[in-house]
Amino acid sequence: MDTTVTTGTEDNVWGGGNRPLGASYGKLMMWFFIVSDALTFSGFLVSYGFSRFKFIETWPIADEVFTHVPFFHGNYPMYYVAFMTFILIMSSVTMVLAVDAGHKMMQKKVIFYMFLTVIGGAIFVGSQAWEWATFIKGDYGAIETKGGRILQFVDAETGKRAALSDFSTTISSERVEHESKNGVWYYEGKPLPSYSVNEVLEGFKASPNILIRTETINDEGEKTILNRQESLAKLKDASLVVEGANLVRNEYGSRLFADFFFFITGFHGFHVFSGVVINVIIFFNVILGTYERRGHYEMVEKVGLYWHFVDLVWVFVFTFFYLV
Amino acid sequence: MAHEHKLEIFRGLLKFKSNIQKIWGVLVFLSIVTAIEVALGIIKPELLTKNYFLGMKLLNWIFIILTLVKAYYIAWDFMHLRDEKSSLRRAIVWTPIFLVSYLIFILLFEADYIYNVFKDGFLAWDF
Repeated sequence: MDTTVTTGTEDNVWGGGNRPLGASYGKLMMWFFIVSDALTFSGFLVSYGFSRFKFIETWPIADEVFTHVPFFHGNYPMYYVAFMTFILIMSSVTMVLAVDAGHKMMQKKVIFYMFLTVIGGAIFVGSQAWEWATFIKGDYGAIETKGGRILQFVDAETGKRAALSDFSTTISSERVEHESKNGVWYYEGKPLPSYSVNEVLEGFKASPNILIRTETINDEGEKTILNRQESLAKLKDASLVVEGANLVRNEYGSRLFADFFFFITGFHGFHVFSGVVINVIIFFNVILGTYERRGHYEMVEKVGLYWHFVDLVWVFVFTFFYLV
Repeated sequence: MAHEHKLEIFRGLLKFKSNIQKIWGVLVFLSIVTAIEVALGIIKPELLTKNYFLGMKLLNWIFIILTLVKAYYIAWDFMHLRDEKSSLRRAIVWTPIFLVSYLIFILLFEADYIYNVFKDGFLAWDF
């Protein structure tokens, strides 16, 4: 690079200034970072595979979990994640276009494409935040057994999932949330679920068209639905009402599923976020003309590599978390 | 910096006039692959979910292969590995492939073993 000190020994093979890989120092270091980061992500994804193979018969089915699209009600498996994937690929494209414009020293175009890239990244991070919020909130609610297994509910007639609120009864004086006005000594208790176990049990007994869906996957690749007697027998082990998801338990099934969801998409989302921040910095540098003065736009190329890597990782997360 | 670009994909089957055209071409290809993945994921054809290869559903094999195809085009055209020296390309690509293959092999086998212990052992965990 221009800043390299010239020692007059360039003719000598070991005298420095050689570039056996044909890439500058900065670009090589970015590649090395990407390789090591790729190994970190692989570690996460493979450990996800480990847990999944370990509980292969009871693992949640992803397209039954991620069925929401913002502003629309109904069951739309995968559509929103596919949209997110497309947004990220699209922002990758604008990034390549920025790099290409940089090679041709077209400052205005680089600014325009960098701007689009930042917007794409922001939409993606926003979508991911929404996806997290939906996942944490949950939609149907479930019962956890003493063994820590999740029991979900289905409507026997339609075959669709039934929410706890569809059949649970309200028993007065059952649920009392401790409030500060009720005592001199106020300890904040754990927030109560919408229904207590007893309320769900009573509601279940009173509505004969509700059946229980266990975690076990049958030969058809679907979750096993118990008949009425089995359902009632199974409910004897009920210990907790679970709504939504956190790191300890979730209504979707295996606890590890939510843990890996938070960890892997969270780590990826953090990468996207930092990518957006770096892109913004470079965006302003381009506006200020830093790279015009430097004489080349290699910096755009380097952050471009990072940005494409984020896209690359998402392609794998999409497959292994949502599709497979 | 590699200024000249190799402008053909699919082993020369498709040639582009400029780098910008190639970028859009790759985007179209990646979008088609993603659309196929999502469509298969929603339809789940019985032919692909009933048949297994090496203990995994054919559908999942298709997903994984399509993912690797997408990864190839992202790395080769967006990260312009296609234009880099082959020594750099090999160092970057084969190192993780080797390490990750090993990791996948060892962890998935171990997981399958634990699954069998849970299943056949006297330990009850599903109650």
